Amino acid sequence: MTISTILARKGVKVVTIRPEQTLREALALLAQHSIGAVLVTSASGALVGILSERDIVREAVKNERFFDLAVSSIMTRDVISGTPGDDVNAVAATMTSKRFRHLPVLDAGRVIGVISLGDIVKAQRDEYLGAIDTLETQIISERAS
Amino acid sequence: MTGAPGTIERPLRVAIIGAGPTGFYAADQLFRQDNLVVEVDMFDRVPMPFGLVRSGVAPDHQKIKSVTAAFDKIAGHPRFRFYGCVELGKHLTVEDLRAHYHQIFYATGAQTDRRMGIPGEDLKGSHPATEFVAWYNGHPDYQDHQFDLGVERAAVVGVGNVAIDVARILCRTPEELAKTDISEQALEALSRSRIEEVYLLGRRGPAQAAFTNPEIKELGEMAGADVVVDPREAELDPLSRAALAQTGDRATTKKVEILSSYAGKAPTGKPRRLTIRFLVSPVELVGNDAGEVTGIKLVKNELYETPTGTLQPRATDETEILPVGLVFRSVGYKGVPLPGVPFNDKWAVILNEKGRVLDLETRQPVRGEYTAGWIKRGPSGVIGTNKPDAVETVACMLEDLANGAVMEPSAPTAEAADALVRARQPQCLSYDDWRHLDALEIERGRAAGRPRVKLTRLKDIQAALEERGGAGNR
Repeated sequence: MTISTILARKGVKVVTIRPEQTLREALALLAQHSIGAVLVTSASGALVGILSERDIVREAVKNERFFDLAVSSIMTRDVISGTPGDDVNAVAATMTSKRFRHLPVLDAGRVIGVISLGDIVKAQRDEYLGAIDTLETQIISERAS
Repeated sequence: MTGAPGTIERPLRVAIIGAGPTGFYAADQLFRQDNLVVEVDMFDRVPMPFGLVRSGVAPDHQKIKSVTAAFDKIAGHPRFRFYGCVELGKHLTVEDLRAHYHQIFYATGAQTDRRMGIPGEDLKGSHPATEFVAWYNGHPDYQDHQFDLGVERAAVVGVGNVAIDVARILCRTPEELAKTDISEQALEALSRSRIEEVYLLGRRGPAQAAFTNPEIKELGEMAGADVVVDPREAELDPLSRAALAQTGDRATTKKVEILSSYAGKAPTGKPRRLTIRFLVSPVELVGNDAGEVTGIKLVKNELYETPTGTLQPRATDETEILPVGLVFRSVGYKGVPLPGVPFNDKWAVILNEKGRVLDLETRQPVRGEYTAGWIKRGPSGVIGTNKPDAVETVACMLEDLANGAVMEPSAPTAEAADALVRARQPQCLSYDDWRHLDALEIERGRAAGRPRVKLTRLKDIQAALEERGGAGNR
């Protein structure tokens, strides 16, 4: 299973923010879309970073006046990104071992989506549920015959 | 009208387009809701229900087909109707459906294959694997297709489930095939097949191949064909070995083991050979002056690791030509757009979010329209995978119903819809028609010692129904 399977049922919305916007604006986006991270893109649409709720929590603990900071001041710049043909299982292993929860997906350098660890868990669960269901059906038919 | 539909006086009316597993799983999930009265009308462009369970699942995999017993139970619900031979865009439009239903559920699957995109792809003897599958499974649209089984060598490009099915069917003996419900036409043609060598071509290594362990094991149990794997190709490359050590995935470990066992075995002299190749990609089909395939040019691949840990193939400069007279491509499938339904060209799926169809311009949900299965997420998973997928979409349907976001049909009755469908397609088939044909096929099979002998031509189907007393009786 490739991650294109996950993206196909996520519409085409990608929530992005510009590096010079504020953390206040970023929080508003996270709340409005019920998401855990927002992609940071340049004026030309290139991916320049990712900002997660964890990044903001870390900043808030040490700086109570974080709201007006620029996104670029605390975003993660070294972003791991994927492509639609990446394997779900490989992505799951990498997200777990490298401890990140959101994967931007690029196609020919352009951002086309984001996949969360939650999406991966759901896709894997559905795959297992489906396999179990199909195997059960076969076993029942074997017993019946 | 006041209040939401879903009561005995005013049932929720749902049109399901596509009578494959996803459509049945959705109907089942709708019927399971307490305190909701639902009428489901299910449409399919072919005469018979069950989609790929009937026309995709290989004939020598009858156990997998037994899932139809569950679908049959669902079809027995008093508020379920089936209309075969009715096609959206040909007999009915989305506007027609909006006049008679509160919700529309698209489950039309992935109907075409992806192309390899290489020179020579359209030479004579080069076919999409899906056409061969539809042919041997008796799909009415493919019964006039011709496949030249007089050649000695065939290649199947891909190592997914469909590729394996095609390779296995090509290798089966007439005696093995005669025990299945393969179409009579295919049985006859395959019995005269002169094929001796079948190649299965995977672009990545053994650890990345999509086939499942039971399938790969089954290959080793064929009566008339030896499985051949080059030991050098069965051995894992360092990247695959490291990835497998990290994840410890049991299924993959077992798969590699089974393939290695094939690599260590000498052929036993069975009349046919199935050779599984890894780390090769076709770059060109080579032909003769008559425009027929004579070979497939392969490039040797090596694997590299992407930032997400996926191992992808990269071409080296080493090439070879395999002499083959028949090529089946099975490199992926894709959905086709439905007239009047927003389509995401990039993914070849209906544009959707969790199954809610989205408007192309506004990206907002289109009221009352939903999708699930391969046309929602692309072709992946086994039959059962469509169940959680359909359930997710039905949850959206129920949520929208609770919020009053359904369509407002002008004539929301089963009678009005039935009259329209019969006016547009007088030859439509009902579920009772299917039950009659099903019994007939099984009866024909019993005489021949087979699970069933399929009716594969529209004229035969219509004749069988007329003999009973007319098509379309409920």
